[in-house]
Amino acid sequence: MNIQSCVEVRNEWDIVKARQSGRNIAKELGFGTVDQARITTAISELARNIYLYAGNGAVAIERVENGGKFGLKIEASDSGPGIKDIRKVMEDGFTTSGGLGAGLPGVKRLMDEFTIDSKENEGTVITSIKWLR
Amino acid sequence: MDKLVIQLLNESRERIYTRWMDEMERVRDEHRLQSITDAAYEETNKELFEIIYTHIEQNVHKPTDRMTQFAEHLMKIGWRLSYITQGLQTFRRIILAVLLDANQSNDKVYSMYDEIDRWIDPIVNQLINESAKNWENTVSIQKVALQELSAPLIPVFENISVMPLIGTIDTERAKLIMENLLTGVIKHRSQVVLIDITGVPVVDTMVAHHIIQAAEAVRLVGAQCILVGIRPEIAQTIVNLGIDLGQFPTKSTLFKGMKTALEMTKRKMIEIE
Repeated sequence: MNIQSCVEVRNEWDIVKARQSGRNIAKELGFGTVDQARITTAISELARNIYLYAGNGAVAIERVENGGKFGLKIEASDSGPGIKDIRKVMEDGFTTSGGLGAGLPGVKRLMDEFTIDSKENEGTVITSIKWLR
Repeated sequence: MDKLVIQLLNESRERIYTRWMDEMERVRDEHRLQSITDAAYEETNKELFEIIYTHIEQNVHKPTDRMTQFAEHLMKIGWRLSYITQGLQTFRRIILAVLLDANQSNDKVYSMYDEIDRWIDPIVNQLINESAKNWENTVSIQKVALQELSAPLIPVFENISVMPLIGTIDTERAKLIMENLLTGVIKHRSQVVLIDITGVPVVDTMVAHHIIQAAEAVRLVGAQCILVGIRPEIAQTIVNLGIDLGQFPTKSTLFKGMKTALEMTKRKMIEIE
């Protein structure tokens, strides 16, 4: 069994599509309602970042396994402008778009594992995992 | 169209008909028409065939009224446009084969080929255009309908209004929410507005940001917002995200919010003896 999906993000409605498929997969994997809400919110944040800053990209969602532990992995990738100062975007309240500045640090708190890989003018890949308890 | 071609097509009409019907029967599954009775399918095929033939007889290069009506009718009852376009394409294939069989010189065949292409393509194009226009029309009507439903402000009691939000909030809708809130608050002279987010599936930073901004704008015009309908899982994600909703009161249900709103306007609910 290998549950996975990949949603291209080009407009605002693709964000809804991405989190819908995320919620379905989370449900199938047996996450509770609170974790489902956490996962969908995280996908929503990452997909919105793609839409806002890079214009287009993709959100891939898949099941992962590590030593008998199962989890859900979100991989948001784009080939946008990249993140200049990763330390700064992980600070609460830092924003370049007039938002709340809670997106990326928020996702980190919503999920269990979180990594950013970004090169200026090349793009960004954010990977995040939630483990099933 | 060339007289000779028309003559040839009229002579071999029977042959073309049988071959065309066979082909159409074979592609029936592709158009998801298995559920239609054999008789009805044959009848429709027959009609389409006749309509196509009238195009040849009248020598027209655009869909006749009858064709457009026929197409519209089929769409209305849920058939696919591809049924008609494929019908036309199959027809082209068959008549080309028939013309080739008639042993014409190469030049003649080429010019016939060209002619038939020029005859059939505009018909197909116009049918596709019409149907696309129909779809666009439907979508834009639905968009307007959706917009009307997207952010209603309901005056419930004197000075108290409710805005129930259901479904996803995007930028467009957030704008409407803000506008409707402010105009409604002034129109109904509301002192308290309850925003009910029970039906909002995901509250991420953008949604929260819009709600905070709306509440702040409402405060500026002299009213007070109460956010109600916060489900437990939403409460947890809001805390995880680190969003501060401390500037205005929040309640778990619309009922509790209503009680608070009544208290704020110096009234309360009592049971009558």
